[in-house]
Amino acid sequence: MTACVCTDKQDREERVKAIINNHAGDSSALLKVLHAIQDLDSVNYLAEQELVWVAEGLNVPLSKVYGVATFYSLYSVAPRGRHVIRICENAPCHVVGASDIIRTLQELLGVKLGETSADGRFTLELTSCLGVCGVAPAMMIGDDVHGNLTPDKLNSILAEYR
Amino acid sequence: MQLHRAHVLVCAGTNCHLKGSTTIRQLLVEEIKRQNLDLEVRVVETGCFGLCEQGPVVVVYPEGAFYSRVTPENIPVIVSEHLMKGRVVESLLYKAGDAPKAVTTYDQNDFFRKQKRVVLRNCGLINPESIEEYIARGGYEALGKALTTMTPETVIEAVKASGLRGRGGAGFPTGLKWGFTLKAQGDQKYVICNADEGEPGTFKDRLILEGDPHGILEGMAIAGYATGATKGYVYVRGEYKLSIARLQKAIDQAKQLGLLGENIFGTDFGFDVEIVSGAGAYVCGEETALIESIEGDRGEPRYKPPYPANHGLFGKPTTVNNVETLANIAPIVQNGADWFRAIGTEKSPGTKVYTLTGNVVNTGLIEVPMGISLREVIYEVGGGIPNGREFKMAQTGGTSGGCLAEQHLDVPMDYDSLQEHGSALGSGALLIMDDSHCIVDITKNFLSFFNHESCGQCTPCREGTTQLYRLVDKIASGEATAADIELIHRLSRTMQSSSLCALGQTAPVPVLSTLRYFADEYASHMQGVCPTNICVIAEK
Amino acid sequence: MAMIKVTIDGIAVEVPQGSTVLQAAEQAGVKIPTLCHHPDQSVKAACRVCVVKVEGQRVLQPACAFPVAPNMVVSTNVPEVREARRTILELILAHHPQDCLNCARNLNCELQSLAADYGIREIPFGVTHRGLPLDESNPAIVRDPNKCINCGRCIEVCSEVQKAAVLYDMGRGYNTIVMPAGGKQLAEVACTLCGQCIHACPVGAITEKDDTDRVWDALYDAGKHVVVQTAPAVRVALGEALGMKPGEVVTGKMVAALRRLGFDRVFDTDFTADLTIMEEGRELLERLQHGGTLPMITSCSPGWIKFVEHFYPDLLDHISTCKSPQQMFGALAKTYYAERAGIDPKDIVSVSIMPCTAKKYEATRPEMQSSGYPDVDIVLTTRELGRMLKQAGIDFAVLPEEAYDDPLGISTGAAVIFGATGGVMEAALRTVYEVVTGAALPNIELTMVRGMEGVKEAAVDLAGTTVKVAVAHSLSNASKILERIRAGDADYHFIEIMCCPGGCIGGGGQPIPTTNAVRQERINAIYQADRDLSLRKSHENPAVLRLYEEYLSKPLGEKSHKLLHTHYTKRSKY
Repeated sequence: MTACVCTDKQDREERVKAIINNHAGDSSALLKVLHAIQDLDSVNYLAEQELVWVAEGLNVPLSKVYGVATFYSLYSVAPRGRHVIRICENAPCHVVGASDIIRTLQELLGVKLGETSADGRFTLELTSCLGVCGVAPAMMIGDDVHGNLTPDKLNSILAEYR
Repeated sequence: MQLHRAHVLVCAGTNCHLKGSTTIRQLLVEEIKRQNLDLEVRVVETGCFGLCEQGPVVVVYPEGAFYSRVTPENIPVIVSEHLMKGRVVESLLYKAGDAPKAVTTYDQNDFFRKQKRVVLRNCGLINPESIEEYIARGGYEALGKALTTMTPETVIEAVKASGLRGRGGAGFPTGLKWGFTLKAQGDQKYVICNADEGEPGTFKDRLILEGDPHGILEGMAIAGYATGATKGYVYVRGEYKLSIARLQKAIDQAKQLGLLGENIFGTDFGFDVEIVSGAGAYVCGEETALIESIEGDRGEPRYKPPYPANHGLFGKPTTVNNVETLANIAPIVQNGADWFRAIGTEKSPGTKVYTLTGNVVNTGLIEVPMGISLREVIYEVGGGIPNGREFKMAQTGGTSGGCLAEQHLDVPMDYDSLQEHGSALGSGALLIMDDSHCIVDITKNFLSFFNHESCGQCTPCREGTTQLYRLVDKIASGEATAADIELIHRLSRTMQSSSLCALGQTAPVPVLSTLRYFADEYASHMQGVCPTNICVIAEK
Repeated sequence: MAMIKVTIDGIAVEVPQGSTVLQAAEQAGVKIPTLCHHPDQSVKAACRVCVVKVEGQRVLQPACAFPVAPNMVVSTNVPEVREARRTILELILAHHPQDCLNCARNLNCELQSLAADYGIREIPFGVTHRGLPLDESNPAIVRDPNKCINCGRCIEVCSEVQKAAVLYDMGRGYNTIVMPAGGKQLAEVACTLCGQCIHACPVGAITEKDDTDRVWDALYDAGKHVVVQTAPAVRVALGEALGMKPGEVVTGKMVAALRRLGFDRVFDTDFTADLTIMEEGRELLERLQHGGTLPMITSCSPGWIKFVEHFYPDLLDHISTCKSPQQMFGALAKTYYAERAGIDPKDIVSVSIMPCTAKKYEATRPEMQSSGYPDVDIVLTTRELGRMLKQAGIDFAVLPEEAYDDPLGISTGAAVIFGATGGVMEAALRTVYEVVTGAALPNIELTMVRGMEGVKEAAVDLAGTTVKVAVAHSLSNASKILERIRAGDADYHFIEIMCCPGGCIGGGGQPIPTTNAVRQERINAIYQADRDLSLRKSHENPAVLRLYEEYLSKPLGEKSHKLLHTHYTKRSKY
């Protein structure tokens, strides 16, 4: 099992570096590369060593790589759960009950906003408007959007991601 | 080409998708096959119809029968009754509000009757993943017309003459903007489509991109021709996965047919489009922040001047247009400025796409002529306030827009009239709130958004958004004094006058407009009472 | 250039096209407050404290950025402008520690003086302390992120001027904070410790590490023999820390002041600057004659050394093995001087006064103790010395001029000019030319290597051999040359590189403000000091010649290798 993890790690390093090499020396590809690395294997975050490779490969100072990675809310430089829940609390969701949804999610997952559940499955984050206000309140889990949320629907939605 | 006697359009916009439209489409296809109608009836996936609240939506042509909230159980009935026997299933048709009778067809119902579809001309009518269907509806004719019969100058003249103003929020005349870039010197120029739609309550750009991506590509290519740009970028919010997928497909198709790439329509003009995915930053909707982001940096707005028209992406002359603006281009080029000017008002010609959200029966996407009143939008198109409650407040233009009260229901909605009342057309978001909500609480919510989204570059916005939130929070908890209200005004004036970009300049608008139109409610909180019992007032 | 007429507060001025409102206002005698604006940096327009009213504009405009246009009418003192500026200051102060009295920048802080000018007596907003830890990870620079006002000036100087780029904005909005990557400390990243960020900082968020207490302790300890050396660039800047104008040469007063503080011997780094020329000149000739790695690059500047170790470790063979004058001095103080004076080196405390923060770090490098003791025990910056003199109640202006002690206080004009960019090169050429050709230089003032131009080049004919030299100051200019060396198209023999803009006179330990205008004043003073000396060539320094006779025997000899030369360490960029 240990050996297997090691191979995975080497394999991941190769794939991360392949992403970077596709844009070697192109500092304008920074966002694209960060997206691709973070989405790879759904790790959902950007590890320090990988950011060093990005800095080296795109010829961007590491401080700027971090500056960019911490500016945009879709990136994380800290580990996150396997599924990132992005719940919207902007006005259109707020007026149709988003705060109840957030409260219920926090209870169900045993976390506060910004935290990861003890089993490492979910990270609960606040997001700005997801642009699906026609079916507010709404949230995204990974790339999936869920709308018309009610507190009693949440358990079965979360169950899909167990 | 196969001829079909009936077309079944299933909405595949994000909102209907979330309501199960994918399953509905699958079941329809299976059922039609089971009943041996698959050679006669074609099922088409389309973009958003706009009536998201009533989704999943299925429309059957040639009748235009509009089935709303379709469930899997309804499918066998629709197929055997309507498609097999030609009998519209009245019981499943969309029924507006408390209207006595179900409306049979698409354009009969109130939701659509008041609308005028220019931008959304193809949304809900064609399969957005098929360039052939776009072309069949006259797509890319305008680009052909521009490239083969017009000069860049005459294209710009036409856009100027149309009076089209930027639909991203600021309302700057599009033709004028293009003219600046055309005049700017540069070996390379760019067109950027701003699809970083982040204004809360706004989802028009998403549904336009999902419903008619070629309309945007055509608009961009025309903009490229008019301004001398050969490369276009579409900057799409990272959260809009479906928009990005549809758009990429459209780009690939257009390249395959030679409608993008080198020598378009056999001319010397070449134009290529690339998608850039945002990463979660509202401020990137500001054009220079967006440019910084494409360049791979933090999305912090640049000081202007210089303007992008002269010094934009990678330092080159650049035109940045909103999705909706670009969607207007092909129709203007095709039908002429006079046709466009005949729609809307004199100073704000054309239509405006709004997204209706909040406490309104028909939440969704609508396109209406400029100048229509709020009352018409809410009570006719929107079907009124649900659950027997009363209208309390409407916020126009998204979170950075102003809040209007009952006395404003008849103000015409166009750039200038709304501005007169301290509000804005903005992104076209319309948030309707009923009387169960607290004004102070919702204002706090607006401010927490700006707090989260300020880029942090300039002092008035970085510090001001937080302090403004704290001040309103103080009111909500019943701890504020008259001096705090004074301070809110002073801070707001400073943010409006001195912030670097529109984010900080408009962040105080919701506070100022609610203070102006709902002063009683603020006063009540100051005395320790939240009239709706939403705010938690500290014990004195 | 086309001139444009504008009116500022009713005063008509004519300014060149392309000027900003701020520049026009300056010409009109109208002072506009600034914070993110820095005279040597790009326009940021971020702090907004310079907003003015421009007729015809919908909103107020930042004077630092807004370009003048014909017949523009600007008002800087109308109610809305005053209100906005005041509110902006209050907003900044509400997110800034309220500890001016215990701040290193007390009385020399741009924010503090604006708060005073605007008469801010209370802050109406909720005051928040960020609660972030101080970065005291290194021996040279202290960062207090709590005091940061997000002006971006340190980021620009670190990435654009010094190319180390260790600082950037992290996070967003109200929580935006300038930090090294990943929130690390300066010791953990490729910081050169040059301290240019200190000069960039308008407030006290970045300061030198204060070592004055350690010096006081040594001075008060009767059992210690405390010697001090003063770098060339200190004598043209110390006056500024004590209220004098930039560009005053205060060598004699400084020596007198140091004696009054209680130093047992007042020596001069210039002595070992002359010695450096002897060693480095010999090393160059050796490399030229015996096929050594060329071009050879100077090694006086510890920020530069740390930079090349981090960013160009493949080029370390190009660096002269000579220790810096500070470290050569330290090694000799505890050997040659100790022997001659009959003092046990363990009782000697070796203090240096430097224009530089990186020198504090250099003194702590593990290889810098060739006498068996740390070569240099404590490094003070010019600013710290200024504070000590104030604490000691020394009235600098009325001090007599005194001379350095013998023997490590004897020096030449060649050593003084080490303090300005091009100075080491000029000093080296003055000596190498005469050593190689046997003839006197026709004109010893080699102006082609002087001045603020980023990269300077010259070719000198040495008895039929043309020696090509280059001079660079600031690490961005150094990078340009290093990239060419990497690419194999830099055919120089000898290169002088100084870490800081303008050379050591612009170092990170110099009085604040240090701007390019101030740097130029100090450079002028350095060359004046050179002209005022009778001895102007290092090989004519009698004390240095005596050192070789009595102790070292010859340049690059065995003792020199042990005491005066060093080696470098490959480091990572990350």
